[in-house]
Amino acid sequence: MKAAVIVFPGSNCDRDIAVALEQSSGNPVTMVWHRDSALPKVDLVVIPGGFAYGDYLRCGAMAAHSPIMREVVRAAGKGQPVLGICNGFQVLTEAGLLPGVLMRNASLKYLCKDVNLKVETSQSLFTSGWTTGQVVRIPIGHGDGNYFADNDTLNRMEDRGQVALRYCSEQGAIDAGGNPNGSARNIAGVFNDSKTVLGMMPHPERLSDPALGGTDGKDMFDGIARALT
Amino acid sequence: MKARVHVTLKNGVLDPQGKAIGHALASLGFAGVNDVRQGKYIEIELAETDPAKARDSVKAMCEKLLANTVIENYSVEVG
Repeated sequence: MKAAVIVFPGSNCDRDIAVALEQSSGNPVTMVWHRDSALPKVDLVVIPGGFAYGDYLRCGAMAAHSPIMREVVRAAGKGQPVLGICNGFQVLTEAGLLPGVLMRNASLKYLCKDVNLKVETSQSLFTSGWTTGQVVRIPIGHGDGNYFADNDTLNRMEDRGQVALRYCSEQGAIDAGGNPNGSARNIAGVFNDSKTVLGMMPHPERLSDPALGGTDGKDMFDGIARALT
Repeated sequence: MKARVHVTLKNGVLDPQGKAIGHALASLGFAGVNDVRQGKYIEIELAETDPAKARDSVKAMCEKLLANTVIENYSVEVG
């Protein structure tokens, strides 16, 4: 698998995700600057976490209209797999590749901790390294991760199986106690219609090596590498 | 020509920042604050001199960038 990571001014998880992808794929990762107007030919494009353009106007709003994102949107329309993590998820919603929006956390606090996630389906190129219903431990680090969409949109997403991950308790219960930020229906990650684009607030790259304290994230990248090789 | 844009959260969208401001006002002794909703105010200096054209242009800016219409409404004044 060959992957590219988009780098915006203010991205700060770009190198972490590159290391995780290189470990799982065995291939070097191409870093692509936001002003570039051409995407390299790759199997996976990743929009990393951080604070692109300083979160000006709204998180992800400026980045969503940068030159490289026009190419990412165009490529995604043709089936290019795209993964957005944290700020990358916000960018993908602002770019219109994913439904909904990430609002300020209900607590108004920046949250930096491990959370439990329930894998809604392993039937996607992104989640095939996990099993359906599995509870995985992945860190979050965000101030604006409160997923919102109107009820009609949420119902339509559920019908189409577009909810990828939900915040849950250690036992896998989808309840208010396991919901760190107020997200609608505990949603932590969503697919596009064809499951070729995934946005998720938690950071799998931050638990992708035993030296980091866990490898639940590595399972995801190993699965992606297998699916795209 | 100057355009003034107000971007506000739609009804039904929770506004935890507005709530926090409301609590702060109450704790400062301002009685009778029933609800606070927070938004954004944006001023744009335009080369356009025709008000109708200016309004259309700023509306397009709101749809494309200034507001996220999933959760926000906008209003435009020109002149």
